[in-house]
Amino acid sequence: MTSPNDTSASIQATGPAGVDATSESKQRRLAWRSTLQAIGMLPVLIILGVVFELMSGRFMSFQNLSIVMQQASINTVLAAGMTFVILTGGIDLSVGSILAAAAMVAILGSLIPEWGMLGIPAALLAGLGFGLLNGALIAFAKLPPFIVTLGSLTAVRGVARLLGGDTTQFNPQLPFAFIGNGTLFGLPWLVWIAFAVVIVSWFILRRTVLGVHIYAVGGNPDAARLTGIKVWAVLLFVYAFSGLAAGLGGVMSAARLFAANGLQLGQSYELDAIAAVILGGTSFVGGIGSIWGTLIGALIIAILSNGLILVGVSDIWQFIIKGLVIIGAVALDRYRLKGSART
Amino acid sequence: MTGSTPILEMKDISKTFPGVKALTNVTLTVYPGEIHALMGENGAGKSTLMKILSGAYQADPGGEIRINGQQVTIDGPLAARQHGISIIYQELSLAPNLTVAENMLLGREHKSGPMVDRRSMEKACQEVLERLGVRFRATTKVSELSMAERQLVEIARALIANSRILVMDEPTTSLSSRETEAMFALVRQLKSEGLAIIYISHRMAEIYELADRVSVLRDGSYVGTLVSNEISAERLVQMMVGRDLSSFYKKEHDAHQSRGQVMFAVQNMGDGVRVHDCSFDLHEGEVLGIAGLVGAGRTELARLIYGADPRTSGEVFLRGKHLLIHAPEDAINSGVVYLTEDRKHLGLFLDLTVRENVNVSVLGRDARVGGVLNLRSAKERAAAAIKALAIRVAGDGVLVGSLSGGNQQKVLLSRLLETKPKVLILDEPTRGVDIGAKSEIYRLIDELAKRSVGIIVISSELPEVVGICDRVLVMREGRIEGEVGGAGHPPVTQENIISIATGVREAAE
Repeated sequence: MTSPNDTSASIQATGPAGVDATSESKQRRLAWRSTLQAIGMLPVLIILGVVFELMSGRFMSFQNLSIVMQQASINTVLAAGMTFVILTGGIDLSVGSILAAAAMVAILGSLIPEWGMLGIPAALLAGLGFGLLNGALIAFAKLPPFIVTLGSLTAVRGVARLLGGDTTQFNPQLPFAFIGNGTLFGLPWLVWIAFAVVIVSWFILRRTVLGVHIYAVGGNPDAARLTGIKVWAVLLFVYAFSGLAAGLGGVMSAARLFAANGLQLGQSYELDAIAAVILGGTSFVGGIGSIWGTLIGALIIAILSNGLILVGVSDIWQFIIKGLVIIGAVALDRYRLKGSART
Repeated sequence: MTGSTPILEMKDISKTFPGVKALTNVTLTVYPGEIHALMGENGAGKSTLMKILSGAYQADPGGEIRINGQQVTIDGPLAARQHGISIIYQELSLAPNLTVAENMLLGREHKSGPMVDRRSMEKACQEVLERLGVRFRATTKVSELSMAERQLVEIARALIANSRILVMDEPTTSLSSRETEAMFALVRQLKSEGLAIIYISHRMAEIYELADRVSVLRDGSYVGTLVSNEISAERLVQMMVGRDLSSFYKKEHDAHQSRGQVMFAVQNMGDGVRVHDCSFDLHEGEVLGIAGLVGAGRTELARLIYGADPRTSGEVFLRGKHLLIHAPEDAINSGVVYLTEDRKHLGLFLDLTVRENVNVSVLGRDARVGGVLNLRSAKERAAAAIKALAIRVAGDGVLVGSLSGGNQQKVLLSRLLETKPKVLILDEPTRGVDIGAKSEIYRLIDELAKRSVGIIVISSELPEVVGICDRVLVMREGRIEGEVGGAGHPPVTQENIISIATGVREAAE
């Protein structure tokens, strides 16, 4: 055994050992990973479509696909707003209630003689107002988003019932009925609106300063503040946008039904919207995600409902299968993107 | 200890993290009854090696760890403890709401039946405490103890667990000189009891005084081991840095000639808790250091100036103009920017690309009507920054989280520089950065000073402070306690800074 005192100094020359993420194979792996992330749940969507087509033989018709998209449209609009909120690391539980209140405002507004179209801007403003209220409480009073929107989930539901005198309000001569039932170039108006919301959302998120700030606030709120980003303004915007989207959802839903009911309309819509966002690969802690993922997520949910009915699965089993598919799809996603994803 | 079996042998230890190789075939041999110093610049791999020893990290396959000649696998903190290894971290890991005894036996409480047997716990702990000669008791709450006493609790915890290998990571950082002396006596006592002590420190004086042998790491590789009679400052620095020190720090700008014009002034800055009544001037093209022990209030002062935390008093002037800074964006808009010491948690957006990270502060200035991004200018800025700071990255679309520490730091620096700052506050600008990037950052600081940017450098590495700063303010307990390097002040040396920082002061008068 050598004693420590015999050990003479052995100085060996060493080169810099810091290897960077620039080697080619690593680069390729990163590129592959980001492609996978971009595609996201698209394969699941396609597989579901193929399975339902094989089982029913009617799924892939233009008419049925158009129905699926129409069924997905309101949830897509809500989920687009929800994507903004979840990207900042927040949550908006109040969208279903805001939708009900806005739908009520839309119907009541449409009953104004000669000025029935005013129902649309009135409903949008109502949604925006509730969203701003959520945003102000979160941005300025610094209350947790879950608590604030849990409160408004209940309170705004009450407002919706109050507005309609706790009964169902009808307008058989709805001036904007075309929105809910008409078509444009062969596709329902509802589908065009949903698609427009997705495009606008993409533009804001990917092509504006605000969009980068939303990702920055979600990814690292402390760094965002030190970087000089007005975090309060970003938070106020995302909740206002989510409220506005819910208001638009209210208009769409009122136009479809010619009616609004403060108690039942939009019940648990927030859960479908959250499910669509999460299915779309948006991280629940914020900072990662895309609006295209959300669109795919909303379509998966709609395809499941439609396909299971076509195949003749009972209502009860539809619930169970839908829930399991959501968990399974996200689990698959985690497994596939192991190491890079965080939820 | 002659002829004895090494109590610990680590052979060919490598560790790869995503994007960076932290350790390459490192060797470390420690004998019982030895104080073995482990040295290396920040980021050299000392902490990583110790985390492997403590089971916090797993080494890459291929290396081996032997305890008393037996090969062992350390797959977690529990295994490390069973093999008699204890680590005393810089950030102490005690629960302040519990008593000394409860902390010492956390996870190994004595029981009688299903109940905790407090009396037996306290008795066992008191014996160890008496052996250490401490003044507090086993029943004292940890929250009532000073930092030095808490460190003693950590050591007592290691002893009661029958540890044979004790790793001490910068144990004297937050101690006064008297407490340091007591700590040294204790370390020698433990050595005479046959414990092996791995002692990590940046302070040369401590190494001279204590160490039997010194092993040096550089850039994640083992450089060599010196026996006590071979240890000299020149030799150690050469081993740690890999080259001559004088050429490493860059100071070509001549602040003494151009000085005269005060560009930036801070007056009576304070938050009522950790910073009190701090005032200083910064000249054009000057590199002003702020030194002090950990917890002296340096970072807190910088954050107050920058508007990151609310202040109770204090004003900031830029070229004689009073600046109203309520939030970081006000500071940035006035040309005062701050580089955080914690780039991962407070600086970078790890999930965003290099391009977005470089541009995020100036997106608004570049934007087209309606806040629409100017993608071309963002691309140009990113490309220019990658070139100017020699950021090693395949393209500007790479996520910042995948870069090495040095390159991440350069990305963060270029974000600040894009705002065209007049005053740059750099908080630990080379922390966790490899040697190559370090010298590039020094060169950058020198360049900026030549272009008459005012630069404030907060650093815990004294050689760095001495090497790059024209003038140094020394903080202690939230106050600016003294100055070195200015007219009428003592020259900038490590000794002068330390004596002010620790309250000895003789050199400061």
